[in-house]
Order: sequence, then structure tokens, then C-alpha cells
Amino acid sequence: MNTEALRAPPAAYPRHEAAKAVTASEATGHGIGGPAPKRIIVGYGFWIFLLSDVILFSALFAAYAVLFKNTAGGPSAQQLFDLRNVAVETGCLLASTFACAMASLAVSERSMKWTQLALLATGVLGVSFVLLEAHEFTGLIAQGAGPTRSAFLSSFFTLVGCHGAHVTAGLIWLGTMMAQFRAKGFREDIRLRFLCFTLFWHALDIIWVAIFSLVYLVGTLPPQMLP
Amino acid sequence: MNMNDSYRAGSHVGEDHPVGGVSPGRSLQQEIGGYLLGLALAAALTAVSFWATGTRSIYGPGVALALLVLAVAQMGIHLVFFLHITTAPDNSNNVLALAFGVLIVCLIVFGSVWVMNHLNHQMMSVSALVKLQT
Amino acid sequence: MWGRLSWQAIPFHEPIALIAGGFVFAALGALLVWVALKGYVPYLWREWITSVDHKRIGIMYVALALVMLLRGFSDALMMRAQQAVAFHAPGFLPPAHYDQIFTAHGTIMIFFVAMPFVIGLMNFVVPLQLGVRDVAFPTLNSVGFWLTAAGALLINVSLVVGEFARTGWLAFPPLSEITYSPGVGVDYYLWSLQISGIGTLMTGINMVTTILKVRAPGMSYMRMPIFCWTSLASSLLIVAAFPILTAALGMLLLDRYLGFHFFTNLAGGNSMMFMNLIWAWGHPEVYILALPAFGVFSEVVPTFSGKALFGRRSMVVATLAICILSFTVWLHHFFTMGAGGNVNGFFGVASMIIAVPTGVKVFNWLFTMYGGRIRYDSPMLWSIGFMVTFVIGGMTGVLLASPAADFLLHNSLFLVAHFHNVIIGAVLFGGFAGYTYWFPKAFGFRLDETLGKAAFWCWFIGFYVAFGPLYVLGLEGMTRRMQHYDRPEWHPWLLVAGAGALIILCGIALQVAQLVVSIRDRARLRDCTGDPWDGRSLEWATASPPPVFNFAVLPRVAGPEPLWDLKRRARELGHLVTAEPPYQPIEMPRNSATGFITAFLAVVTGFSLIWHIWWLVIVGLAGAYLTFVVFAWRDLVENIVPADEVAQLDRANRAARAATLGSGLLR
Repeated sequence: MNTEALRAPPAAYPRHEAAKAVTASEATGHGIGGPAPKRIIVGYGFWIFLLSDVILFSALFAAYAVLFKNTAGGPSAQQLFDLRNVAVETGCLLASTFACAMASLAVSERSMKWTQLALLATGVLGVSFVLLEAHEFTGLIAQGAGPTRSAFLSSFFTLVGCHGAHVTAGLIWLGTMMAQFRAKGFREDIRLRFLCFTLFWHALDIIWVAIFSLVYLVGTLPPQMLP
Repeated sequence: MNMNDSYRAGSHVGEDHPVGGVSPGRSLQQEIGGYLLGLALAAALTAVSFWATGTRSIYGPGVALALLVLAVAQMGIHLVFFLHITTAPDNSNNVLALAFGVLIVCLIVFGSVWVMNHLNHQMMSVSALVKLQT
Repeated sequence: MWGRLSWQAIPFHEPIALIAGGFVFAALGALLVWVALKGYVPYLWREWITSVDHKRIGIMYVALALVMLLRGFSDALMMRAQQAVAFHAPGFLPPAHYDQIFTAHGTIMIFFVAMPFVIGLMNFVVPLQLGVRDVAFPTLNSVGFWLTAAGALLINVSLVVGEFARTGWLAFPPLSEITYSPGVGVDYYLWSLQISGIGTLMTGINMVTTILKVRAPGMSYMRMPIFCWTSLASSLLIVAAFPILTAALGMLLLDRYLGFHFFTNLAGGNSMMFMNLIWAWGHPEVYILALPAFGVFSEVVPTFSGKALFGRRSMVVATLAICILSFTVWLHHFFTMGAGGNVNGFFGVASMIIAVPTGVKVFNWLFTMYGGRIRYDSPMLWSIGFMVTFVIGGMTGVLLASPAADFLLHNSLFLVAHFHNVIIGAVLFGGFAGYTYWFPKAFGFRLDETLGKAAFWCWFIGFYVAFGPLYVLGLEGMTRRMQHYDRPEWHPWLLVAGAGALIILCGIALQVAQLVVSIRDRARLRDCTGDPWDGRSLEWATASPPPVFNFAVLPRVAGPEPLWDLKRRARELGHLVTAEPPYQPIEMPRNSATGFITAFLAVVTGFSLIWHIWWLVIVGLAGAYLTFVVFAWRDLVENIVPADEVAQLDRANRAARAATLGSGLLR
């Protein structure tokens, strides 16, 4: 069978011509122009992963919403949550996400000094966030409001703790990333990995927005103001 | 390289709008300005959210809804300013995937709440049942 | 030191499990020793274990599925035998063991047979059909496969060390809570599924990215083969549904390990929330399995009918409609929990609506066959068997979708018959059709047709004999999972069902024989052209088996059936059209042991979590982190296949194709 015609572009349509013939609006990795560049592939793949992660959180949110009122005679959200702590945590994470964005600019400027500095700031702010959360959790457990107290507290600790675990994992990744920049420089594969890290870090902030608004702020509303 | 050639063939628009980093045609100052604007908007929305819980100037039962709306708005800010989701054609796959994800999230959260509230309304809860038996 | 693990964990009091497990592991050990003595280890390590080639990984997935099918089917045989003899009698399986068997049967068949089978076919076929060299993330692909294998291994370890869950295949709480299931069985179940679930999620992400971002030049969405479309929909469902499973099982793990109260009866826990979450995963899962099977039929039916697929566009729309609708029907699995009329009504109607796009697909296949010149090779037989069986299964499904009827049939054998009817009828028949159809592409020779047809008829007849009676039994009120019973009117039907299982056993034996005979007679069954079935899509445009880079030059696509169009042009011209392409070196990703090592560490970590060996958990996790750092530190990521080698491989295939140009193969 003469399938070789499939493999070779016809003589009148050489490959470089074909590349030119593809108009800009078509060549977006949608298949017209062939496989997308590696950057697009990696970014898109990680984007899909983030969606799956968001869906994981949505299941935890659903459990929290369903079990919110099941305090089993134990303390309720309104009695437990300390909004000052939450505000500081929110500030840390928002500043951290901004520092991470600065790091991505430093990387595209190829400045090792600013990259490492911005990443260090990202990490320090992230560590502060995790420590604040750990402090909050130990405080709750110490006053007998640990996750084993009621279904409400189980779901609260799981939802917020899962986000905290993500941030912790992100911090380990961040440290590894800083070492990699140092060891390997601004190589393409390292930059792609860093692109994924920034996506991850920003997405964690988005999830935190949902947590501080819908868990902490709504949780502290008096019962008659709840839907 | 054979493979590189074909990769290059499809690499135009996507290359011009990197997710993160300086885009060609925009200076570093403009990029930093964009991020600062995003930061300011996010911080402002956060402040409004915290203010809304303490204020009496919003109709009481509406506060929870207002918080939801503010949260969604702030997520949008993050998506646009930090994750650089746009309506450009090279982003259509990302946006479609996002829309699919949002649909699933809504189905899971609101579906679960609807189903379980109905159940709680119709049936005695397990804990009440256990209490009854003991 | 060793947590809960002690010699008491070996089930000496359950001889059947011990002998079966001992036999399996002895066979495995013997195989490993034989491989080592023959000196095959370096070959296996280089060409398979560390391979990141999507074709190799796909083949390993399917091999895993077929091996686990034997395990799952032996469980089925034991259940059928037990119910055949347990009339007014205890039978040969004590309840504790019988419960483990039906749990293992369901878990293995869904997670370690059906899933690897469809994912294996997707892995092998999709990049070839898209006309590209590999998936988007080759090493991730390898990690995903090995994690699935790790989950399968853990489940089988439970045969000889400890026990398996006795809770049914979805481990419903409160039964699966630590209060009522204090043993390690549920932990085995949970950790195997968490580990393999991560692997599945990785594959889903990989496939979505591959199909949307890595396609041959010119392959627009509407030119993609339908199998790629259904793989895309299925992978999207994996990405959207598997995190829910991970979350639900994670909550149950927290309940069991740390005393949380998600699904307990105490402290405000709500076990129905588990049903809600698990089925929000569970129903999309049905379509994760079924959609790729639909894709296989959409490839097989046009090829063996000699016609283009009828209604391509409606096929795509139906696939996407199923993809969305499958997320709106989950409550029909628990109509009886008492959510009330509005909720049950909504989900009942949605369940009936999802039958519509499925019906569209069936009509498309029928109209494709209409007026075609049909060749009844065994892939086509499986497809026709599917259409008949699946339509019956679908109709019983519509019956169950009515809440009023469901209240009578819930958890009866009618339900068991229904879901076997759709899962065997669609997924397994689809898997076998794909296995027979693409086997020559994978290995360069066909499977023996005579034995294949005999196997099909045994499966087809055996299925109806085994599951027809279950419909009757369900209507007579027999519930599922009964270890013994005393109703005389049930007994004859259960004997018939047992006979059906034996007929299916003949089918499986014939399939094993088919594989052995085909390997022995591979010279007779050789496919030299790479296009043994007169195919229409791009996977048939390269050699069988394809070279590691799939295509010497990426094909340019100008229509939905690129190979068919080309063959038609060749027939008109009567000769080859173009000269040899200019060969260039090709970069291919290097092998990586990351997947294998990760899976090894996952088994260690999972096992030590099950047995509470905490120091080993830490060792395992630290090892996993180190593995990833080592992988991330690589400097060389690609090998270069020199142009000479590309030319040599491609010229051989060109010569073979040119030689057959005038022969009867050009139909």
C-alpha cells in the first residue's frame, strides 16, 4: 500500500512551507499545525492536574457543607474560629503568591539573584502560613475541639488540613526548585518545572480564598444569618 | 530534527502568551504593574469580605451570599492576573477545561448538599436513631 | 517493630485462600526464577520495565488486565459453585471467606481488569491513531502503569498475608468502619485503590493532554478517529471523577486510622455521605469503562463493513453528551436511601435521558453495517455480540432507572444481572474486540481465528446462560451476596447459572489456547504489511509492530480516514505515489526506572500503612521523594535514533507494502 505519501509531505508542499501556510489563529496546539510546543503541552497537562485537585477539594467542601451542623453537642464554628489568625494567614499567602509571581519575572529576566530572593520570600511566607495553621490546629486540639470530637470538626480539619498539606508539599517542591536553579541554571526543562510550580502556588491561593470566605467567614456568622 | 520541525510548526500563538513570565511586547515594569494591580484587587476584596462579616449595613441573611460572590470574584482576579487565563484563542482549551471543572465542582457541592438535605429532612439521622436505641 | 504484623496474619485456618495464594505466588516465583535463569532479566529491564514507550506500556496494561481476569474469574467460579451447592447446606466456603471472595471479585474486575484493559488499549492505540510518536508525558505514563500494578500486587498479597475486605466492592460504612471491620481487610482495599487511583489519574491527565495538544499536522478535531474521541471523554471523566474517589476513600481512611467521624454512627457522622460521594465517582466510572469500548466498536464496525462510520458528528456529540450527563445520575444507585420524590424523580429522569445518546450510538453502528460488505472476523463477532447484549443490558437499566421499580429490585440479583450485562457486554467484549483487532499491530502476527471464534461463542452463550437466570432470581426476590439459602425455587436457576460460568470457563480456556497456538504458529499468522484488516485510520499506516518512533515522518492528515483515502488513490493510480521521504534523526525519550521504583516504594509504603509499621512508611515516602529528585536531576532526557536506522526500518516496511500492492491484499 502506498502509505508513504502519508509520511512525506507532497513535493509541492514542503514542510517549511506548510509551517508558514498555517495561519496564526490555527497553530495554537489545536492540531492543525501538528504537536504543540513542549511549553504548551506541559502547561496544559499541569492545568488539567490542577483541575483534578480542585475537584478533590470540592469533595471535601461538599463533606464540610453537609456535616457543618453535625457538631454532636460540641463546639460550633462560631465558637471556635479566630478571624485575626485567619486574616494574618490570608495576608501571608497572598504576599507569597505575589512573591512567586515576582520570581517568575526574575526567571524570565534570567536573574539568579532575584530569582532566589523572590523564591526565598515565597518560601518564608509559605512557612509562616503553615506555622500559623499548625498553631491554630494545636490550639483547637488542646481545648478539646480536635477532629475526633464531632463530624463537623472532622470535616473542618480535613478540608483545611488538606490545603495545609498541599502548601507543605509545595514548600518541599519550592526548596527543591531553588536547588535546581542553583545547580542547573535557567535550563528549559527547569523553567517548565518552575512554570508548573507557579501554577500550583497560585491555585493554592485560589483554594484558600474559598476556605477563608466559605469556611471561616461564613462559619463565624451568627446562626440566624446562615442560609 | 524531524520532531523539532513539526513542533515548531505549531508553536506560534501559544509562545507569545506564556503563563507567567514576561510576554514579548510588554516591559518588565508593565508586568510588575499588572501583578501589583492583581495584588491590590485581591487584597481589597479580602478586606471587603472581612468587613462584611462584622458590618450591619448589609441585610443579615444576605451576608453569606455576599461572601460567596466576593470569593468568586477574587478567584476570578487570581485567574486573570496570576494564572493569566484569557479569552485568546490559544487559551480556549484551558478555558474549556476550566468550565468543565467548574461544572463538576458545582454538581458535586450543590448536588451533595441538595441530596443530603433532602435525606436529613425525610429520614431520621443515624445519630438520632442511635440515641433512640440506647 | 512490625506493627500489627505477626505469624497469625497467615491464614492457616482458611486452606482455600492459602492454597490459592500459595499457588499464585509459587507460580510467580517460578516464573521469576525461570526468567532469571534464562538470562532474560536485562532484556526485560531494558525493553519493558524501564520502557516509556506508550506501546510497551499499553501492552503491559492489557497483560495485567488479562492476568487479573483469571484471578477475578476464579473468584466468580467459586461464588457460582458455592451458590449452586449451598441450598439448605453450608456449602464449601464459610461466610467470612465467601464475603472476601465477592468483595475481591468486584474490586479486581473493575479496578484491575476493566480499567487496565481500556487504559491499555487507549495507551497503545491513541498516539498511533493521532499520527504522533508518543504520549505527552512518557515517563508519567510509566509511573501510572506501575502504580496500577502496585495496587494489583497489594490486593493479591492480601490472599496470603492477612485477609481482604468483607464489605462488598465499595466498602460501605458503617460496616467498613473500624468498629465493625477491625481487621486489615478494608485497609488492604483502601490502600490498593488509593495507589492505583493515583496511577489512573496520571494516565487520565496524560491522555487528555495528548489528545488535545499532540496530534499529527492537519488532524483537526473532526478528523480525529472516534476511538480518540471516546478516549478523550473517558480521560476527562477520569480527571473529574477519580479525585472524588480519592477524597471519599481518604475520609474513610481518616475515620479508620485517626478516629475521625465522617461516616461513623457516632458524633454526627453520616454514612450516607459516603454513598453520595462514592457514587458521584461510581457512575462516571461506568462510562470511563464503557466509552473506550464504544470507541473500539466504532473502529471495528467500519473496518469490517468496508464503509465509513455512519453519523460521525452525531457520534462525537453523543460521546460528549454522555461525558456530561454521566455526572448527573449518581443517585440512582441509592434511590432507596429515602431522599424523597423530587430528588429521586430528577435522578430517575436523568438516568433515562442518558440512554438516548447511547441509543444514538447503537443506531450509528447498525447503519454503518447496513449496505456494507461485512466480514465476520472475530473482532466483528465481538462487536455484534456486544450490540445484542448491550441493548438488553441497557433496557434493563432503563427499568432500574425508574425509582418505583428500583425499590423492588434494589440489591437483588436483577441488579447483578443488569450490571454484568452492560459491563461484560460492553467493556469486556469491547476489550476482547480491541485485543483481537490490534494484536497484529502490537506483535506483527494475528491471533488464530478458529480458536478466537470458538472462544467468542463460548463467552456469548455462556454469558446468557450464566446471567439470564439471575434476572429471574432477582424478580423472585433473591438478594445479592447470599452465602446460603433455603428457597427450593431458586436452586435450579442457580444450577443453570453455574453451568453458564463453566461455559465461560471454556471460553477463557480457548482464549489461553488461542494465545499459545498463535505464538507457536506466528510464521503462518505473520502480518508483513502493517495493515492486516484493510484498516482506515493511521495506526495501520506504519509497520507491525511499529518502530519505536511510530512514524518515520509525521503523517499529514487531510480527512477523517487518511489511510483509506490514500489506499483509494493508490487503487486508482495502480502504483505508489511518492518517492522516499528524506529521513532525519528522531529524538525519543530515554528509558526511566522511575515508574518501577516508585511502584516498589508504593507497595512498601502501602503494606506498612496497612500493618501500622510506621518507620517503614517514613522510609517509603522519603524514598519516593528521593526518586523524584533523582529523576528531576537528569541531564540527558532524550536518545537520538540516527537517520540511517530510521531509513532502514522504514524502507523495510515500504518494501513489504510495495510487494503487496498488486496482490489480493489490496481489496
